[in-house]
Amino acid sequence: MKALTLSLLEDVDVAAHLALAEASRLAEISQAYERVARRRTLYTLSLLGLCVLCIFGGLFVAGQANSGGFWAGLYKFFDYPAELFIGAYEEGVPGLFALVLQYFPYLVETINIALVSTLLAFFLGGALSFVASRNLVSNRLVVAVMRRVMDIFRAFPEIVIALLLVLIFGPSPVAAAIAVTTHTIGALAKQFSEVNENCDLKAAEGIRSVGGNWMEQIRFGILPQVLPNFLSYTLLRLEVNVRASAILGFVGAGGLGAELKMVVDWNYGADILVIIFMLVLSITSIDYLSGWIRQKLIGQTGQV
Amino acid sequence: MTDIGALQGTLHHEAKRLEEQYSGVLGLDLKKRLLGPVLSLLVVAYLTLCFFAFDVPGVMEKARGDMAQLYALDAYAHKVHAKYQFRKAEQGFVVSLEGNRRAIYKEPPEWVEQSAEQTSIFLGDDGALHFADDVVTYTHPDFDEAFTFRVGDGVPQFVSGADAPWLKVSKTQVNARPSLYTRIWLTKNKVEVHRYFVGWENFWFDFDSTLNGLSAAELMSLAFSSERLDPDVSNLRFMFSEFRTNSEWHHGEVYFALLQTLIMAMVGTLIAGILALPLAFVAAANVNPVKLARTGVRRFFDFLRGVDMLIWSLIFIRAFGLGPLSGIFAIFFTDTGTFGKLFSEAIENADKKQAEGVQATGASPVQKYRFGLFPQILPLFISQMLYYLESNTRSATVIGALGAGGIGLKLIETMRTRQDWENTLYLIFLIIVVVMMMDQLSGWLRRKLIEGRN
Repeated sequence: MKALTLSLLEDVDVAAHLALAEASRLAEISQAYERVARRRTLYTLSLLGLCVLCIFGGLFVAGQANSGGFWAGLYKFFDYPAELFIGAYEEGVPGLFALVLQYFPYLVETINIALVSTLLAFFLGGALSFVASRNLVSNRLVVAVMRRVMDIFRAFPEIVIALLLVLIFGPSPVAAAIAVTTHTIGALAKQFSEVNENCDLKAAEGIRSVGGNWMEQIRFGILPQVLPNFLSYTLLRLEVNVRASAILGFVGAGGLGAELKMVVDWNYGADILVIIFMLVLSITSIDYLSGWIRQKLIGQTGQV
Repeated sequence: MTDIGALQGTLHHEAKRLEEQYSGVLGLDLKKRLLGPVLSLLVVAYLTLCFFAFDVPGVMEKARGDMAQLYALDAYAHKVHAKYQFRKAEQGFVVSLEGNRRAIYKEPPEWVEQSAEQTSIFLGDDGALHFADDVVTYTHPDFDEAFTFRVGDGVPQFVSGADAPWLKVSKTQVNARPSLYTRIWLTKNKVEVHRYFVGWENFWFDFDSTLNGLSAAELMSLAFSSERLDPDVSNLRFMFSEFRTNSEWHHGEVYFALLQTLIMAMVGTLIAGILALPLAFVAAANVNPVKLARTGVRRFFDFLRGVDMLIWSLIFIRAFGLGPLSGIFAIFFTDTGTFGKLFSEAIENADKKQAEGVQATGASPVQKYRFGLFPQILPLFISQMLYYLESNTRSATVIGALGAGGIGLKLIETMRTRQDWENTLYLIFLIIVVVMMMDQLSGWLRRKLIEGRN
């Protein structure tokens, strides 16, 4: 009996020892966890601090360089929209309707610029994307050169090309169309080549096995796979390009932007408001329309 | 013989069977077959229509190709004038950069040889011009006979020479442009020769700066030499300040403008992201059950996005005045809408299992979204912000040109003068380099932050 009690006591002792060891191990783990958590919190906080510093530093520099002050501006923020609405109110409904009719041809021109540029860039960018995809072209040099060409096309802000072309061609939608096309070729070619690089090569290999050349492999093996994605990206671009062609009009490349620039300079409140309204309405409807078509094409809203 | 016949029969049978089984593959139906050609035809018809609607032939006819050529020449080359004025005959030929009175070469270049009797100006591939006793003799390699003109006594007279297509003699002056790089211009008062040289002149330091014309090695040794050029400041600092204050290239102003553009893009994108994040949670159907609030926030996003950056910048320029502050606001207003839409879609597409798991441990709603949902959308959140950072650098240039300052405004200013094309080219080069750098940086960060995690 005594022996049993002793052995029991010993067991309790062992268990206590074990529990102690377990507890210290747990404490170690939790300490290590806390260390990691603290370090991560520190990283997050310093990153956030950097962001805050960037924002306030940037706002300070920008505020210094601005011709008007922030607080005075905030106070005046609604003055201009109010001015526009008063102008529109004075014009009356029939007058506004007449203005819509007056500016409608320019809206059509702006949309045409965007549509033509997007179409041209779809074909040219598509062609460029096939020779800039690593999995479709075995020659590394060709791919590298084509990628640089793509990068340069994409890096050109539309406004630079448009400003130069306006000087040569005079105020004309041709300048805007060329400018938008150039940038869009680069932008679409990049997105397209990413699509190409993610596609399944089996179909192209099948075509090759029955003697198809490179063009035929692309046409029948790759294109059917990538076309829905190509179209989806192109539709997204169309909306971006309508905005871009409106802006280019502002520097003299024709369309609704040019008219907006004129009425802004002359301070015609009703005209400004009508043009803004037309622009916003067409951008929003193209946005919805392209979203709807894209959903039909690829079954979900594609991300930019 | 019969074997082959049987085989042929089997093959024929098999072909027939396949045709029946996959009828849609071997013979596409008419609608599908017509779709391609009809669409192509429509596209071609539309492009043709626009070709004439934009009046491309008329525009091309009126295009000022000659001006473009001159502008381009001015962008990559600099012009040196050698000018002789009869009123100031004692000075002889004065050689200056772009005819600038403050940029006269003290020692004439080797292509201008002056002596007491005669001056010879050598024009490279375009021959040479000699001037002596009020007679200008110009020899061109394509013509055996020299062109001679009598000058100094009233209107210049064309004495002898062939009828060259590039030579224009009018009642008051003689204008010869044998190639793009050379121009000879004679009037009642002066003999002037312009010669273009490829390259940018005085890019680093001003024409009259003590540092002008020094080689890189000389500058290096100067920078670390103890002998001070300007007793008040160190040589390195002096060099930097000379570079910054270059009166023709305005490096200081240009780089500050570039900084402003970058600030516009960066601050605009950051603020937009920070504002859009909480709003996106309100707009997401799986987080916020109140439909009215959801729809309200979504329409707000659509409004911000639909009113284009162009219009926002017009409104903010009116309120805050010209400058980058207006640009920042225009960018963050537009992009709050874009980010809000993208983020709320991402939240709705997120896997709800993780959030449910966190909830099962007894977490509060805030903890549920913080630990169950937020980590899922954070990579997308960061990658979209980085993507837009690059695209906003370009947008900041564009709205800068509309009046929001920065490099865009600088660009439009130099273009308006229609003379400083070398500056324009410099600015375009800087813009493209910066945009490409931002592109590389954002791509690198995206790979590092997003893909490196998994």
